[in-house]
Amino acid sequence: MQKSKWKLPAVMLGPFLLLILLFFFLPVLLIAVLAFTDMDSAMRWEFHGLENFRKMIADPIIGLILKNTAVYVGFTLLINVFFGFFLALFTTYFIQRESLGLFFRTVWMLPRISPPVVYVLLWLWFFDPSEYGILNSFRSLFGLPPEPWLNAGPMPAVIVANGLIGASFGMIIFSSAIKSIPKERFFAADVDGASHWSVIKDIIFPAIRWPFMFVTIWQFLSLLTSYEYILLLTDGGPLYGSEVLALYSYHKAFQHFEFGYGSAVSLILVIIAVVCSLLLWRFFGMKRMMGSAKIE
Amino acid sequence: MEMTGNPVSQPVFTAAERWKKRLPYVIAYGVLALTTLPVIFMYAWLILRSFSDKMIYGIIPVDFSLENWRFLWSNIDQRGSELPSIWTATRNSFLFAGTLTVLEVMIGTMAGYAMSRMEFPGRQSLLKVTLLLHAFPSVSLLIAVFYILNFMGLYDSIFGVVLVKTALQIPMTAWIVKGFFDDVPWDLEWAGLIDGCGRLKVWFSIVLPYIRPGIAAVSIFSFLSGWSEFLLLYTFVISDENITLASYLQRLISDPNTVNYGLLSAVSLFYMIPVLLFFIFTQKSLMQMSVGGGKYV
Repeated sequence: MQKSKWKLPAVMLGPFLLLILLFFFLPVLLIAVLAFTDMDSAMRWEFHGLENFRKMIADPIIGLILKNTAVYVGFTLLINVFFGFFLALFTTYFIQRESLGLFFRTVWMLPRISPPVVYVLLWLWFFDPSEYGILNSFRSLFGLPPEPWLNAGPMPAVIVANGLIGASFGMIIFSSAIKSIPKERFFAADVDGASHWSVIKDIIFPAIRWPFMFVTIWQFLSLLTSYEYILLLTDGGPLYGSEVLALYSYHKAFQHFEFGYGSAVSLILVIIAVVCSLLLWRFFGMKRMMGSAKIE
Repeated sequence: MEMTGNPVSQPVFTAAERWKKRLPYVIAYGVLALTTLPVIFMYAWLILRSFSDKMIYGIIPVDFSLENWRFLWSNIDQRGSELPSIWTATRNSFLFAGTLTVLEVMIGTMAGYAMSRMEFPGRQSLLKVTLLLHAFPSVSLLIAVFYILNFMGLYDSIFGVVLVKTALQIPMTAWIVKGFFDDVPWDLEWAGLIDGCGRLKVWFSIVLPYIRPGIAAVSIFSFLSGWSEFLLLYTFVISDENITLASYLQRLISDPNTVNYGLLSAVSLFYMIPVLLFFIFTQKSLMQMSVGGGKYV
């Protein structure tokens, strides 16, 4: 009897546990071990202690990459959070017609649901250095010569492209937080003759305090470790001008086949990620975290 | 606007006061319009450009033509070598997204049910781990995943990437499905058990149909996320016969010799058909579900 009680959950959870073990836990272990090896495309295990980390400190471009990472994460996070907040505020508080607010929010979902390759194509087209690029077409209307935007300022381009996608994440979470405020409070404020600013400050800000922290930490984590859009847009170039730490690890492994060194860089990201996850956990607890992720 | 007050009780405003009252709304609408229009235009250009020969000033389409869509019936030359047929890529994308959906929904419903309704040792820790994995940045593990796939002989195999992608999304899916099961009244299941059905039969014939709408939503989301996947396929699949639409488009984009935005727009639109269909039909529920669907940024 006791045995059959265990059997069913084991069967139901089996495939789930297997996948998680195989592609989450095993990789974390592997990264932690690989970081201390000199593995290259020959895939041989040769341990050489802390060599990778020594190499990292001495790496001539690591300074540039750390700076890029800080700039990228910092500014993109600002766009994500603040532009997301403005979108939410405008479409829920100032625009009272539900259908119109929904329309704007739907348009802002487009970048998020577009496949990354298509979304990046739009930006490549926008910044194209030839006269066919959209930005350069506008310049030619005023008789100005085309400008190589992506080469001249890869970082701003990367930040804007990523920022606008992330903004929709903030927008959804903030707008559902604002919509969950009881309507009576707004009516009461209106009867009291409160200004828009005091409504925002005293009613809306307190309601989005937790979502705000959630979005900030969550986005910080995903910006730090994801590089898909940068890979497609500039591939870290020109001359490492937009290379961030996560992309550097990817390039080291899959372009230069330095799996050991790449793992060492990844390991640092994984450690930061684990700390951030635990922070999310501490701050939001189990219920809060899910409350924020499962909207309405 | 109803919120700004009751017209009966309102005193008469002077013109200046009325403007002052309207100003925040004007600013809100203005900022929204100014920032939203470019987004709409970008996507509109994609459509217009694909059906025209060229654009004057880069923005006004002229000369309607289907020339850009020729990739549908003939293969594209790229620096002398031919790109694989678009239909190979389409078939592979369907294969990838379809298998992903089936696996994810099956494994997700099984695990979700066990987490929601069953007692087993370590249940609390399993729930915690599942939740923590949501925030875990799986992309930083790609090097190790490469090693594992290589070891299993699944490098350059679409099925290998399906397994990886399923694993990366399963904590989120299982958790969402668990939520659906939590909402099913206990009595329903109890009644089935009393009538003498086994646990599995109750699950399959009573509980599962009850959460069918939720399962449908999860299926659509996993299909679309498979359809859009780029990074994993680009990293772990290299051969021509296994090319998917994302890699196909990326190869066209990255060729510096033939930057033909007409062709690129047409291929992009073709690639986006499932996404657009979904977008048009389910805008409203999209706004409620999207957070569960998109893990990256």
